[in-house]
Amino acid sequence: MAKVIKVENLSKAYRLGEIGTGTIAKDLERFWAKARGKEDPFLKIGETNDRSVKGSSDVVLSLNDLNFEIEQGDAVGIIGRNGAGKSTLLKILSRVTAPTTGSVKIKGRIASLLEVGTGFHPELTGKENIFLNGAILGMRKAEIKRKFDEIVDFSGVERYIDTPVKRYSSGMYVRLAFAVAAYLESEILIVDEVLAVGDAEFQKKCLGKMGDISKAQGRTILFVSHNIGSISQLCNSAILLKNGILHKTGKTENVIKEYLNDNNKNSLIINSSTTDNCYNLAKMLSADGSATTTFKYDDDLVISLKVNIADYYNGLEIAMRLIDNLNNPVFTIHEGIGPKTADNVYEFKITLPGKFVTPGNYSWIMCINHPGVKLYDLHENALSFTIEETGSNFSRYNNSNYGVVFPTYQITRL
Amino acid sequence: MTEEWDIEISPRNKLFDLKLKDVWHYRDLLVLLVRRDFVAFYKQTILGPLWFFIQPLFTTIIYTFVFGSLANISADGLPKPLFYLAGITAWNYFSDCLTKTSTVFTANSGLFEKVYFPRLIVPLSVVVSNLIRFAVQMLLFVLMMGIYWGKGAAFHPTIYILLFPVLLLLMAMLGLGLGMIISAMTTKYRDLSFLITFGVQLMMYLTTVIYPLSTVKQKYPTYQWLVEYNPMTSIIECFRYGFLGQGTFTMLSLAITAVITLIILLLGIIVFNRVEKNFVDTV
Repeated sequence: MAKVIKVENLSKAYRLGEIGTGTIAKDLERFWAKARGKEDPFLKIGETNDRSVKGSSDVVLSLNDLNFEIEQGDAVGIIGRNGAGKSTLLKILSRVTAPTTGSVKIKGRIASLLEVGTGFHPELTGKENIFLNGAILGMRKAEIKRKFDEIVDFSGVERYIDTPVKRYSSGMYVRLAFAVAAYLESEILIVDEVLAVGDAEFQKKCLGKMGDISKAQGRTILFVSHNIGSISQLCNSAILLKNGILHKTGKTENVIKEYLNDNNKNSLIINSSTTDNCYNLAKMLSADGSATTTFKYDDDLVISLKVNIADYYNGLEIAMRLIDNLNNPVFTIHEGIGPKTADNVYEFKITLPGKFVTPGNYSWIMCINHPGVKLYDLHENALSFTIEETGSNFSRYNNSNYGVVFPTYQITRL
Repeated sequence: MTEEWDIEISPRNKLFDLKLKDVWHYRDLLVLLVRRDFVAFYKQTILGPLWFFIQPLFTTIIYTFVFGSLANISADGLPKPLFYLAGITAWNYFSDCLTKTSTVFTANSGLFEKVYFPRLIVPLSVVVSNLIRFAVQMLLFVLMMGIYWGKGAAFHPTIYILLFPVLLLLMAMLGLGLGMIISAMTTKYRDLSFLITFGVQLMMYLTTVIYPLSTVKQKYPTYQWLVEYNPMTSIIECFRYGFLGQGTFTMLSLAITAVITLIILLLGIIVFNRVEKNFVDTV
């Protein structure tokens, strides 16, 4: 297959802090260095972009020496945590900003959808905006005219087409905007998380349209999303970015697996005390027994606990309460500590079945409790973890709040 | 293996690489942007495009009263309203082009951050959409000329009226060039955007909008160079000479203006080209 995108040694540096009076001095210094044919003095000290770690330089490399190629007809998902450089990469590919070093070579026309409805003017009617938006995205007027009926049809806002878009509901606005983009005739289409809007029915339609573009029409798609479900549905290969570095490329499943296993921050409880009633070690485990914070929707949730009890009573309990991202309790587990051991150490492994808690972000409230007497060692917001949407029955409805548990039930068709 | 690539994204633009081919491809966008500016201007107004008339009309009345009657500044022997309207019409086109292009990057950053198209399209659309405004104001000017002609006022168009397209082009280029320089510089340092708001106003007083060049030469010969070498002066003087038959201008002064304008435009293009690739990071 022919290569359509070739990225070579691509880096992008950003300067942290404010632009103000101090910057002009550095600009002059940089200009002087370049005038003498020397390297940019502020780029040498560029650091890996890890926002949580304090760095010594105020220049960060949002993208650091990327090299990859994309072949025609590929649907490529770009994944990574917040700040991994996904958006920066898309910005460079769509020529909104230029790289600091390196180059990108592209074959064919490229169109990008970093946002839907770019350039929509609130005072203009839907029809006028279709033409304006289409032209901004690089379509010729005749081209838009030819596809106008299809665009209106796809958007489903025919009745409002002669009304200024400022009167539209936000859903209608997005529908119209995506419809224009869907009929772009470019060989390469770049899509940022624009599907996070619109209702479930429309999202499905958009995903279907994108699948159509790549599979049926042989065009190349680059797609960024946090929704692992839609990436695995749509893309045949993926790129995993981590702190601006290309961490892994390859088949979508492999890359997603790597992404889910890759825990840069294991939330653990570690406490070496042997004189209190407390948790010494608490962690969540993946299927293969390694510590993790990310699970697939059908993975078992395994919690490993090591508790130190210096002050033993018969009624002591360990308690864990699952909290969803809105801080609502989901359920609570109480278990007696069991018979006294010689070394005061008690170990537990709790397994919750997969396909039980729905995808989302969760954490635990953990304590050791002597009911009605005393509360020992309380941890709030502990062991936070994520269950990723990796293709449950609900992946199509990714923005509807369908609750926090998958029920097991029997249905009888009468 | 040699491969052919259509687009190459690299850290910097070539100095004069204007991507005119790209601009040509996006010509429909230019038209639509002009249309958008025009339509959005009078949406939800009652008088609509009439507003294009009202502004210069009232300015002329005020100038005639303040500068003509109160301050008694000479109008080169022309009917005062005609004298001022000629100056205002020309000056407005230049200053509108300048102020609008000078905010191209900051005002459109939302658009520029999300999608690529040749950035030059936007300043060009500013120049063209101001042209519509200018045309309406010219209509007013010609109308006034007709009225005064009917009253038998003392003015007579000269052959230099044929220079009108050249003057228009010079004004557009000058406004565009200066505006692009300022817009490129305001992406990082906002200081210039403060300067521009009152700078344009001050510059008007250094141009022969409310007084004729002949008066300056007569009264303040030591400072006349300040006004004379202002490129807009010879444009406006020529404009008046062409339409009304009064004005102090030579072909040489117009040639100097043309050279200055070309230099400014060239500089503007270079600076604009330099900035357009990375400005979203600093704006």
